[in-house]
Amino acid sequence: MTDPTKPIIQIQNVSKRFGKVTAVDNVSLDINAGEFFVLLGPSGCGKTTLLRMIAGFELPTEGRILIDGQDMAGIPPNKRPVNMVFQSYAVFPHMSVADNVAYGLKIAGVKGGEVKDRVAEALDLVKLGGFESRMPDQMSGGQRQRVALARSLVMRPKVLLLDEPLSALDAKLRAQMQFELSELQEKVGITFVTVTHDQDEALSMACRIAVINKGDVSQLAAPSDLYEYPANRFVADFVGSVNIFEGKLTLDEPDKAAVDCPGLGKVYLNHGVTGPHGADVWVALRPEKIYLHVPGAGKAVTAAAQDAPDGHNFARGKIKGMSYLGDITLFEIELETGARIRVSRPNLSRHDQEDFTWDDKVSMHWRADSPVVLLG
Amino acid sequence: MALFARTPIAPLEYSRTLWMRLWVGAVMLFLYAPLIVLVIFSFNDSKRNVVWRGFTTKYYEKALGNDQLVEALLNSLTIAALATIASLALGAVAAVMLWRFRFPLKGAVDGTISLPIIVPEICLGVAFLMFFAAVGWPTDLVWPFNLGAITIAHITFCFPFVTMVVRSRLATFNREQEEAAKDLGASEWQVFRDVLIPHIKPALVAGALLSFTLSLDDFVITYFTSGPDTITFPVKVYSMVRFSVTPEVNAASTLLIVLTVVLTFIALKAQGVKAIAETH
Repeated sequence: MTDPTKPIIQIQNVSKRFGKVTAVDNVSLDINAGEFFVLLGPSGCGKTTLLRMIAGFELPTEGRILIDGQDMAGIPPNKRPVNMVFQSYAVFPHMSVADNVAYGLKIAGVKGGEVKDRVAEALDLVKLGGFESRMPDQMSGGQRQRVALARSLVMRPKVLLLDEPLSALDAKLRAQMQFELSELQEKVGITFVTVTHDQDEALSMACRIAVINKGDVSQLAAPSDLYEYPANRFVADFVGSVNIFEGKLTLDEPDKAAVDCPGLGKVYLNHGVTGPHGADVWVALRPEKIYLHVPGAGKAVTAAAQDAPDGHNFARGKIKGMSYLGDITLFEIELETGARIRVSRPNLSRHDQEDFTWDDKVSMHWRADSPVVLLG
Repeated sequence: MALFARTPIAPLEYSRTLWMRLWVGAVMLFLYAPLIVLVIFSFNDSKRNVVWRGFTTKYYEKALGNDQLVEALLNSLTIAALATIASLALGAVAAVMLWRFRFPLKGAVDGTISLPIIVPEICLGVAFLMFFAAVGWPTDLVWPFNLGAITIAHITFCFPFVTMVVRSRLATFNREQEEAAKDLGASEWQVFRDVLIPHIKPALVAGALLSFTLSLDDFVITYFTSGPDTITFPVKVYSMVRFSVTPEVNAASTLLIVLTVVLTFIALKAQGVKAIAETH
């Protein structure tokens, strides 16, 4: 039996080299039983290679992979307790839906009656009940994906591997499948390991995300931690959209810190960052964390306090670009230093987009705990 | 009236333009006129096959009553069947091997495998004649073993065609299907049987058809490898023509045409029925 306290997959110092190219570089990570784990990264970062090594289609050059405590070295893909949903779905075109789903069970020598029951159960699970006799070429891409899902789930694997499961679907269907996949994972309780380059997909479905960059794990965290507390510039930039300014750490105490940025001015934080004094650091600021308004709209006496509430950071600029996206409007603002910053603003009322236009002078402010100071 | 109303010819509606129709007609005439003449004159009631002297089917009776001709036909069909089976096996395995594996001298094998298609038939025929003479191939075996030499020669020029069509089909194979089957527990053999063979099946049918018809009507290579007891249908027809072109030759040829067309039709039909069953 699977021990729930132990990680179901242990990847220990795994490297994979194709000739001179290192696809995966000394990766170690544990995937817990029953979690929805996502490997996120740009194309060519090694995430798919990692997934294929778990499935057994690639062998690690170094290191080892344990599934449920068992070393997978020398165990071929057809003997591993994992199943995979392929990017192209790889549904067998010459078999009906029922035959596709039953294929693995027949190979395993499961008896006819049980095969029928389990196929029906698996098809119900992916909401394809009644499609048993359909052929794959009579189905849409989304339906074929469900067949691929059912075909893997029917095997009751310890881990289900999904390679870019939603990349071939259109935007509406993708959003729906994100919910359905999470729901399905909760229902069956099987560990899901998904590879994706789409951060929305990762954030919406994952329990934990490993961000992979150049064959290495950049950060492993829960979705909200990844977004709000990125560990480095790569993660901050890859997950979501962000403004990054270079600066020097001039003040660093337990309850406050300041970074002097040539582009953005002095940025104050209400917590320490524990970095060396005077070090080169980067300040990351998400566009939606910045408030935008007409200068001098406040009632306070001093010029700075007029524009920003107490304890907020403050900057001024001029609107150089606007793009209206319906739910939000994205602004590109030229600061007084000449640097540019992106700000997003929710359109809370129907007329919000009329508040600003090109070349308007605006002031911005943001909370002292909004910027993230990155050391690398 | 709709029947007579002329709608204007649309820009890409070439099939309704006069010059296109004339062209298609000329091509059809060029292709089929000799065959049609051959079939018509097989019913000619005349010993010399130049002037029409009335309808008869007696030359069909004569052809079917000609034991040598029937024996030659039987030989041809046997050789074609054997050569087809062997070519399918050899050709498919060669195609899968060239597609799937890396091995020493792969480039050389790849380049020479289609050589029997390129080499002039007359050269192949002479080569086989000399080869079988050199190895002392026995010529006095009982039927059907006496057809061995011809069958081997036919396999040589048939199997590269099978390899070609199977390879082009394999190029469209999605390797993820193979991995998916393995992922579901299939062994190499089960992957081959359950996924790869169904994928290349149309190419196997096409390859079999090609092999069968190529073998059935081959003359040059067969002429060099056949002995007095192993006359094939084309060789027999040729020897009959050398004496005189009687309507009997026409009748025999017409029968061969009908046979080929029927076989092709059956094969296509079998394939089509399967394809329809697969999609419904």
